[in-house]
Amino acid sequence: MSTTAGAGHAAEALAATSLLRFATAGSVDDGKSTLVGRLLHDSKSVLSDQLEAVSRASQARGQEAPDLALLTDGLRAEREQGITIDVAYRYFATPRRRFILADTPGHVQYTRNMVTGASTAELAVVLVDARNGVVEQTRRHAAVAALLRVPHVVLAVNKMDLVGYAEDVFAAIADEFSRYATSLGVPEVTAVPISALEGDNVVAPSAHMDWYSGPTVLEHLETVPVTHDPTDDPARFPVQYVIRPQTAEHPDYRGYAGQLASGVLRVGDRVTVHPSGRSSTVEALDVLGRPVDVAWAPQSITVRLADDLDISRGDLLAPADASVRPSQDLTATVCHLHDRPLRPGDRVLLKHTTRTVKALVKEIPSRLTLADLSQHPEPGELAANDIGRVVLRTAEPLPVDPYTDSRRTGSFLLIDPADGSTLTAGMAGGAFADADIPAAEAPDSGWDF
Amino acid sequence: MTTAVSAPEETDNPFALTHLDALESEAVHIFREVAGEFERPVILFSGGKDSIVMLHLALKAFAPAPPPFGLLHVDTGHNFPEVLRFRDETVAEHGLRLFVASVQEYIDAGRLRERPDGTRNPLQTLPLLEALGEHRFDAVFGGGRRDEEKARAKERVFSLRDEFGGWDPRRQRPELWQLYNGRHAPGEHVRVFPLSNWTELDVWQYIAREEIALPSIYYAHHREVFSRSGMWLAPGEWGGPADGERVEQRLVRYRTVGDMSCTGAVDSDADTVEKVITEIAASRLTERGATRADDKLSEAAMEDRKREGYF
Repeated sequence: MSTTAGAGHAAEALAATSLLRFATAGSVDDGKSTLVGRLLHDSKSVLSDQLEAVSRASQARGQEAPDLALLTDGLRAEREQGITIDVAYRYFATPRRRFILADTPGHVQYTRNMVTGASTAELAVVLVDARNGVVEQTRRHAAVAALLRVPHVVLAVNKMDLVGYAEDVFAAIADEFSRYATSLGVPEVTAVPISALEGDNVVAPSAHMDWYSGPTVLEHLETVPVTHDPTDDPARFPVQYVIRPQTAEHPDYRGYAGQLASGVLRVGDRVTVHPSGRSSTVEALDVLGRPVDVAWAPQSITVRLADDLDISRGDLLAPADASVRPSQDLTATVCHLHDRPLRPGDRVLLKHTTRTVKALVKEIPSRLTLADLSQHPEPGELAANDIGRVVLRTAEPLPVDPYTDSRRTGSFLLIDPADGSTLTAGMAGGAFADADIPAAEAPDSGWDF
Repeated sequence: MTTAVSAPEETDNPFALTHLDALESEAVHIFREVAGEFERPVILFSGGKDSIVMLHLALKAFAPAPPPFGLLHVDTGHNFPEVLRFRDETVAEHGLRLFVASVQEYIDAGRLRERPDGTRNPLQTLPLLEALGEHRFDAVFGGGRRDEEKARAKERVFSLRDEFGGWDPRRQRPELWQLYNGRHAPGEHVRVFPLSNWTELDVWQYIAREEIALPSIYYAHHREVFSRSGMWLAPGEWGGPADGERVEQRLVRYRTVGDMSCTGAVDSDADTVEKVITEIAASRLTERGATRADDKLSEAAMEDRKREGYF
């Protein structure tokens, strides 16, 4: 079944591409801005006026060639400091696919930015300098990708021109990284030897590395599968909004609007409403004005039920036979985002899907050092960019799934009730799928980041 | 880029979504989040293509009910008459409520002063902020896209503004997954950008797919124009042509629609949506770079204006 309307004319042919959201991680020194600039430039996504602006700015700084890194450095503060301070979103397209790139800085204190960028990414590109190989920061990037359950990871071994395009240098780095990422539960790693500066294997195949027969970075981005089989997952439908026209034309219409968070819903399915526990049958499904028999994640839909139940924003519809166990006790792995630390005893708001409830931080059993995955028991608090385990108690039961099962219904935010700041990003359940995480020998006194 | 070949594994999958389906679903999700979490949202509506697409998405998001919010237009007094006509027809057709904040009224009352260069875009800030205060709007939908300009690449979908409308890049909240945090203090408001992840081409492809009507000036037409700062501008009471600027008849269309004083036309014979898409796909100039004088002011112009409370 196709979801495109009125196929056949040129506009529709152009529109029939898929969308890949991906993130990059790596430091300024690894050449990340140059890689991104090269992807945009060589895929002909940089338009002439942008390139002119970059050339002008490069000349003003006394640089000979246009500095492709300038294509992606937006804010004045960054231009002055020569660093990237936040997640920037870039857009480009090839005839095969549309891309949304969350460009995240790799500077150590910006773990939270990589967590942010990775949270919506289907793929992460981790950049290393071929001269340095896998360093502490590389392990941190791999750990963030694993923690956020990014399905595909690409290792881009950059600056191959500076190691004589040597295959053995690349192979050693690729092997070390792949073993590490796999041990963290990353399902798929693809390693590509590149020179972002020279353009080798970014968009066009390299003339210097005939020993490498795999895809270029862009070819891989164009062909990696982006569609999952939603039939593998139980349906989860958080109600966003109740549509009740109450007009002469629709006197009794009551539609539950929302985006399917996971799985598939069909007309005739028996569903249970959480937290009330009442059940009904799906009477009609509507995908933005089109009645359908079946809908799947991540479609935005409207659901009508056979029975007149009291349902409002924040409720969750799930199949009557697929277990949702609402609970007031929640253990999670979190990344703390805010400059004010998170401490046991803090009273916060917790936003999960379309529901926001009061919550209490009961315990912070451990903090995780990303570089070597050691656990530090009883850290007392989590500072900005810290990753740790948190035990929460919520004011009302929440139907939270493990983050390993669903990035959408297993994730949540902690919010400061006083000023509304977003404090913490949370992932319910265990941190790494099959990692064998060592405990720290001694209490840790220094900085991890 | 003229035709697309989908990757085989995508088309074989019955659950594949095209990029337009994915972007549409995301934008609708954003509209519904705001409707569920805010007291008084409003859509900034200029009659330009991005605000027309926003309204189309809002109509879809709440059908068969009308969207639970009205439209706000900050009228600079330099709008194209075709666009104002289109605005009023759209409002009437869907039975919507339109609020207008008029820059001209502020100038007439002596509360704003005309700039020497005649451009009125920077004058929109005060009427906009006062309209937000007067009507207590707490969420304001804008058609801004992150692909438009480098400073916008870091904009959030939910962008927190203080009581002066100011945008502080360091105060913006991180946005994770699809969880948007719209909490704000009294007097603050949130600008919401449902088209954040769309590009100019996506917008046009969507206009084609959904058969959305636009003001006629987006398509090629004969018009009297004169050249200023490398742009074709339309003569009008706003202050053109000046001495020595020669008016000529050309076949042009507009890629963006702002003020007559700062929006340039491009030479084009694209008189249908398909021809426009073909032209854009082949174009080597970004949408704003080609046609908007207000973005050329300086490399950091947009960033400065956002801090002031303009978009």
